[in-house]
Amino acid sequence: MSATTAPASATDAQHRQGIDPRGPQFTAAITAVVLIAVLLLPPFVAGVLTAVQAVLFAIGAARGVQHTVHAALFKRFVRPLLAAPSELEDPAPPRFAQAVGLAFTAVALIGYATGLTLLGQIAIGFALVAALLNAIFRFCLGCEMYLLMKRVTPQTT
Amino acid sequence: MVGLWIVLAAVVVAVAFGGYRALTDGRFRGTHEVKGASSDPVDEGREASLEAIQEAPEETTWTALGEAVAKVQPGERATLVQFSSAFCAPCRATKRILGDVAGVVPGVVHVEIDAEHHLEVVRRLGVLRTPTTLILDGTGHEIARAAGAPRKQQVLSALP
Repeated sequence: MSATTAPASATDAQHRQGIDPRGPQFTAAITAVVLIAVLLLPPFVAGVLTAVQAVLFAIGAARGVQHTVHAALFKRFVRPLLAAPSELEDPAPPRFAQAVGLAFTAVALIGYATGLTLLGQIAIGFALVAALLNAIFRFCLGCEMYLLMKRVTPQTT
Repeated sequence: MVGLWIVLAAVVVAVAFGGYRALTDGRFRGTHEVKGASSDPVDEGREASLEAIQEAPEETTWTALGEAVAKVQPGERATLVQFSSAFCAPCRATKRILGDVAGVVPGVVHVEIDAEHHLEVVRRLGVLRTPTTLILDGTGHEIARAAGAPRKQQVLSALP
């Protein structure tokens, strides 16, 4: 016997169509490469590249990870090389992670724009840890932070 | 130069943290004492399992769950309480695995709780991540818990 008392969001998510979990993983790998480039390039170029990455995160957060430039590359070039996925994944968690990534790159952008290069580099460093965890272990750091943030914020509803 | 050091630090942190998580995820640890509830030193409720829960107002993990599990009858042998959230990729697989176990093993019930909508319970029971799975025995006491998606074999060997 199996019973569920999870209302709204969690159960809705299960009815929605799943995505190939290797899609977000591919996205994270590309993101990690971009973030490493940001850290190794001189401040001005790094700032420009950070802005580009912020736009990419914004697309992922606004439209969902299955409708990004990365996803199109994945569908066109990577998925034909892979076997069918053993299990489909809910698109909501990686989409939320894109929003978390956007927040970090926004801080970094402020750093690069105001000449606080170290602030920019540290913010990009945190985003890089999250991207690497996703790319290597399929582990979603932003998703983990979601419950922790909910726990510390007082319940308003 | 600083950038290179940050890259190296990020790689080390990610590999160390991810490796640690990959090793410990889904591993059940005995908790024995009930978090957020008074422990019962006499332990007399164990034989009269279900009656004990329904009649005596004894504080167990099951009673601490309160209205989160209002519509569910606990399992005679064990109850698998899974905390999930909307932004949780491994919750799906965990739900399937725990559902399988509940379907195969008699007296075992699987309950999924949306952590976001029961934050009081989440804080009280010290749940930090989703998925977190608590295994309650027939009396409603927590005997083990695992954070992260467990394998079926890990669940089966942790059952009371």
